[in-house]
Amino acid sequence: MSSDATRSAALLTEPPLIAGDPTFQSITYDVSRIVEGKPPRPWYPAFGLAVSLVMVLFGMIGYLFFEGTGIWGLNNPVGWGWAIVNFVFWVGIGHAGTLISAILFLLRQRWRTSINRFAEAMTIFAVICALMFPAIHVGRIWVIYWTFPLPNQMGMWPNFRSPLLWDTFAVGTYFTCSALFWYVGLIPDLATLRDRATQRLKKILYGVFALGWRGGNRQWRHYEVAYLVLAGVSTPLVLSVHSIVSTDFATSVLPGWHTTIFPPYFVAGAIFSGFAMVMTLSIIARKLYGLDHIITLKHLEKMNIIMLVTGSMVGYAYSMEFFMAWYSGNEYEQFAFINRAFGPYAWAYWIMISCNVLVPQMFWFKKLRTSIPVMFVASILINVGMWFERFVIVMTLHRDFLPSAWDYYSPTIYDIGIFASSFGLFSSLFLLFLRYLPMVAMSEVKGILPQADVHHGHTERAGGKV
Amino acid sequence: MDARGKLVALLAEFETPGALLDAARRVRESGYTRFDTHSPFPIHGMDEAMGLKRSPLGYFVGVMGTLGLLGALGLQGWISAIDYPLVISGKPLFSYQAFVPITFAITVLLSALGAFFGMLILNRLPRLYHPLFFSKQFCRVSDGGFFISVDSRDTQFDQTRTRELLASLGGISVEEVWE
Repeated sequence: MSSDATRSAALLTEPPLIAGDPTFQSITYDVSRIVEGKPPRPWYPAFGLAVSLVMVLFGMIGYLFFEGTGIWGLNNPVGWGWAIVNFVFWVGIGHAGTLISAILFLLRQRWRTSINRFAEAMTIFAVICALMFPAIHVGRIWVIYWTFPLPNQMGMWPNFRSPLLWDTFAVGTYFTCSALFWYVGLIPDLATLRDRATQRLKKILYGVFALGWRGGNRQWRHYEVAYLVLAGVSTPLVLSVHSIVSTDFATSVLPGWHTTIFPPYFVAGAIFSGFAMVMTLSIIARKLYGLDHIITLKHLEKMNIIMLVTGSMVGYAYSMEFFMAWYSGNEYEQFAFINRAFGPYAWAYWIMISCNVLVPQMFWFKKLRTSIPVMFVASILINVGMWFERFVIVMTLHRDFLPSAWDYYSPTIYDIGIFASSFGLFSSLFLLFLRYLPMVAMSEVKGILPQADVHHGHTERAGGKV
Repeated sequence: MDARGKLVALLAEFETPGALLDAARRVRESGYTRFDTHSPFPIHGMDEAMGLKRSPLGYFVGVMGTLGLLGALGLQGWISAIDYPLVISGKPLFSYQAFVPITFAITVLLSALGAFFGMLILNRLPRLYHPLFFSKQFCRVSDGGFFISVDSRDTQFDQTRTRELLASLGGISVEEVWE
């Protein structure tokens, strides 16, 4: 009883998570009006640009299918070029969304409700971009179904000991679970849009996707368990998906790749880059859509602290790799790391160190981690750095065991074009999401308002006993 | 609606989540079993107030997850050791350690599908038609309204007495929902 009392006292003194003294109706209005009204003016040119990039992407992929992966800068030691760099980059970005939606939900971090919808959408679109790269890299796209264990007339099955096949399952599961989680969260909000819709077409479309949700407690009780279970099963995915991605490298016997630190190091990097992407997107969106009171400076500061923590973990992993190379006494391992920092790709290595290790250190200072211009620039630099991290790792290939086989990988216009236009695909999907779906989880935000508590302003009426 | 068919339910609005919770408890104490509370978000303590048991959804998830675990491990083992035996890097044919990642992924996948479809089955969704949607005020449920609906099929249901009960509990604008 007394611990309960102190706990509720602590809750009462906690500053409100949503600024500006909102009501249930004001939350509905603030979020729904974005979908119901015209988009802000910059939406149109942004969407036009994004869709143009998608056209470029389709064109380049079409040429890739026609001509083969030789149009990329792949050469003999570097058989995995930008495609795998981009795959790991995009799939890593998704991880912040899952962390916010699943782990922070289980830890009862109620501030997540302002950004979870947004971050989950980012996850799904980032995973779509990620899945594209290994698919187009197989060379013969028309037999991509060989990666699935489908009975066929050749009596042939995939090799279940290959980490590349593990990836197919891990990322496929990740995409499906993220999409289910996102959709389950959307159902009550789609019902809100259905109930507010004035045009018949919108009413029908939102109505169909809201599945006839009535907000009844007999529905909520199953819904809440489903949401909890989805959070529960997604939580290990935050750790497992990028661990399995890292085994693409770690299960090989190449110096510089064959290390046990890879799984945790990749997971920390994934969360780090994902939060940077959530940061970039939420700073733009809260400004453009006037959601400063829902996604407050406090939310942004908390994300900066997570970036500081995960960035430092990544920095620790970088130094531990060097230590292990020295401590192992293996000259190939040692060469791989000296070559990384001082070889032909030293420029990429030092970009990575500056962006990933040095930049987040400024978040030790309250002034810097609460300054929006500072965090905006930092979030972009961190994503640049995280792309270079994967580039540095993949480019370990360029100097293998025999110096006669060494080569330097230079991207072609198709490498650069497909990567750049994958941002177009991501942005198009994200802009459509902002246009047609509620970007803040209304029902969840309403649930954390002070007046949602059944004890709110109710104690004296019910004689203190509810 | 002029051609009134059948009275389906009585619908009453309450001001706050706390009022709804109290009212739900009283409605249950008056012996009603076929009623529901409607709110824009789940209300803490409502299951106890309405006398609802724990959702059985966990069983769906458990069964599906187990199927995923056994199915994925069985499929990989059968393919690798019996149907298509290939020695890869000198490993045993049934090298179960290498099957862990896919087994895990499929277990998670089927559990998530079990949670999603189990929730839809238990909630009888999708159901796009429901008489409550005829109510003009019911659209506020997804905004900031708190309602109790009492089903006319409840054994305790009586058009006037139920209406009086809802009004006495603080229900505003008690409405008859016809189908």
